[in-house]
Amino acid sequence: MPDFETDSNLVQEYKYGFFTDIETDTIPKGLNEEVIAIISAKKNEPVWMLEWRLKAFRRWQKMKNPDWAFLDMPEIDFQDIHYYSAPKEPVDMKEMDPELLKTFERLGIPMGERDALSGVAMDVVFDSVSVGTTHKELLEEQGIIFCSISEAIQKHPDLVKQYLGTVVPPGDNFYAALNSAVFTDGSFCYIPKGVTCPVELSTYFRINAADTGQFERTLIVCDDNATCSYLEGCTAPARDTNQLHAAVVEIVALENADVKYSTVQNWYAGDEEGKGGIYNFVTKRGHCRGRKSKISWTQVEVGAAITWKYPSCVLEGDGSVGEFYSVAFTNNHMQADTGTKMIHVGKNTSSTIISKGISAGYSSNNYRGLVKVVEGASNARNHSICDSLLIGRDCSANTFPYIESEDDSAHLAHEATTSTISEDQLFYLKSRGLSEEDAASMVVKGFCKDVFKKLPLEFSVEAIKLLEIKLEGSIG
Amino acid sequence: MAYLEIKNLHARTGDIKILKGVNLEINKGEVHALMGPNGSGKSTLSSVIMGHPDYEVTEGDILLNGESILEMDPDERALAGLFLCFQYPVAIPGVSISNFMKKAVDARHPEGKAPAGPFLKEMRENMDYLDMDKAFANRGLNEGFSGGEKKRMEILQMMMFKPSIAIMDETDSGLDIDALQVVAKGVNKMRGPELGLLVITHYERILTYIAPQFLHILMEGKVVMSGGPELVKKLEENGYDWVRDQLAATV
Ligand SMILES: Nc1ncnc2c1ncn2[C@@H]1O[C@H](COP(=O)(O)OP(=O)(O)OP(=O)(O)O)[C@@H](O)[C@H]1O
Ligand SMILES: [Mg+2]
Repeated sequence: MPDFETDSNLVQEYKYGFFTDIETDTIPKGLNEEVIAIISAKKNEPVWMLEWRLKAFRRWQKMKNPDWAFLDMPEIDFQDIHYYSAPKEPVDMKEMDPELLKTFERLGIPMGERDALSGVAMDVVFDSVSVGTTHKELLEEQGIIFCSISEAIQKHPDLVKQYLGTVVPPGDNFYAALNSAVFTDGSFCYIPKGVTCPVELSTYFRINAADTGQFERTLIVCDDNATCSYLEGCTAPARDTNQLHAAVVEIVALENADVKYSTVQNWYAGDEEGKGGIYNFVTKRGHCRGRKSKISWTQVEVGAAITWKYPSCVLEGDGSVGEFYSVAFTNNHMQADTGTKMIHVGKNTSSTIISKGISAGYSSNNYRGLVKVVEGASNARNHSICDSLLIGRDCSANTFPYIESEDDSAHLAHEATTSTISEDQLFYLKSRGLSEEDAASMVVKGFCKDVFKKLPLEFSVEAIKLLEIKLEGSIG
Repeated sequence: MAYLEIKNLHARTGDIKILKGVNLEINKGEVHALMGPNGSGKSTLSSVIMGHPDYEVTEGDILLNGESILEMDPDERALAGLFLCFQYPVAIPGVSISNFMKKAVDARHPEGKAPAGPFLKEMRENMDYLDMDKAFANRGLNEGFSGGEKKRMEILQMMMFKPSIAIMDETDSGLDIDALQVVAKGVNKMRGPELGLLVITHYERILTYIAPQFLHILMEGKVVMSGGPELVKKLEENGYDWVRDQLAATV
């Protein structure tokens, strides 16, 4: 394989496409109850957890891979996947495998004590295991629990039991059931009553081993009057086979709690011909359980061969607020079907949706969203803006905004536009001395601004840079 | 040899021939006015000089500092010192003025990056000079701007980019008297030995503020008459029919 540092083509094509050569403990391909038992045993899990997994597995066996999104995708052979792969040595941050440390440096992840002031607490999931969490002491002082889900299952079983699967039940959908059966790691986060988390919480997911599925599970619970901001990032090596990523994220917001969840998704998207890449099938849902609680999803999706996800909010608490801000960029043969569901259950609930889809190359980029107001959810309000921008003639964008309202007092407003980068805009900017690429990139970034400004500051800079890299070569 | 030379320029879009042999020479330090009836091709001439992809040059040449620019992209022309104040500037939503200006100034900087401090200072001073509110710098480029605000924005860019040849396409149209004076103020601050200016207009009024040395009249895709400041008065008094009569008489 070419040297990551020196091969500028590779760097440009997919900056994170390197592979880390470390010794791993990988179980054979295939999925059955025994494999699940092995995973559970490797994680030292209590019996209740294994039973939970097996129940989910039995549900999954009766379910069918859904086909309603009309994705163009070969059938997935679920027996041809490794469900567990971990770096061999137990991972202590201080004696972490130097190869692994190098990986994190390449990813730009602050991992050591030297970064204790960087304002970000980071958990890193490498293939199937969490390899380290930073800022532990600072968080513990405030009673905040931020650790891998495996650790939480052992150390905080009551909390996990109380909340796991209550937002996304194991039988929710095909991939959620699969995840519930085989999830290997992910982050757990609990913010106690009245605490405002002093740092950004962040998890970095990396698929490294070949033919491995990544099934992480994230659970965030924000207790009464608590606040936190969480960011997830993900990358994978460039490989010419497809890999499956089927995560579940659950958020619980209790009374007056405020959770902001941001994602910068940069999984390997396959090559120019559409060979390889990650299948990104994710279930993300937040439950505004308490009065006046708020959950805000912000996502910047620039990777993955196929993306299929709808970060959603169930607005049960009276006066609760749900937000969804999304930038989805697709290029080459990428396919994205993403959007949100806002389910208004409580009274005086409100939701905002801003979706910006950019398609280039031969890609297809769909917004699919549901705003539902159940009977009795009086004075629900939603405002949706779904804009699509097309670069070139061979890509497509579609918007599927579903609205179901059972309450007459609801105020729902939907706006949608589809545009291309106009010749006049490009000419204007070029006549000011900007190159074609810079001009187009400027128009695209302007198009996405309303979403980027919702990201935590340090990540919005990163996200903009990332989008710039992705735009290079997709214009003209 | 003039700094900007337009020689027998023919241009069309699709099957429509618009420019039919334009000749024009502009030197640094000179101010030229260009007038002509609606649809005579003034904006097309500006667009062709700037390299708009909609127009194809079928004959003739444009030389800047002795070199043909016909093969150059618009951005290369801009960096070579050309600037166009658009008659209808387009909006670039979500792109702040300061961000845009920085990028465009960077593009002109020998190291590719202009130091932020001096850049901001200069921009603030120029905005002050044009009576623009500082808060403006954070707004989206031309996004929701009034006609007058757009024109000021064009002048601000001209002041920041310091072109050697600038074309102002009806920058005076749709301005109230105050705005007109501000625009004229900006132009007069810029004029000098380093700038050649082509002011396209329908009104004598801006010319009283800017006082061009030369006036050209464009009709049906050709410069049909050129003269000094006295021609402005004559045209104002007699209209384009007089020009047409003169032309008929000379044929
Ligand atoms: N892209 C185009 N497609 C079709 N016709 C065009 C195009 N551009 C210019 N024209 C035509 O060419 C002619 C000249 O237009 P132009 O805008 O250059 O005139 P102008 O002298 O600037 O007029 P005004 O004083 O109204 O601004 C007009 O008849 C116009 O309709
Ligand atoms: Mg015109």
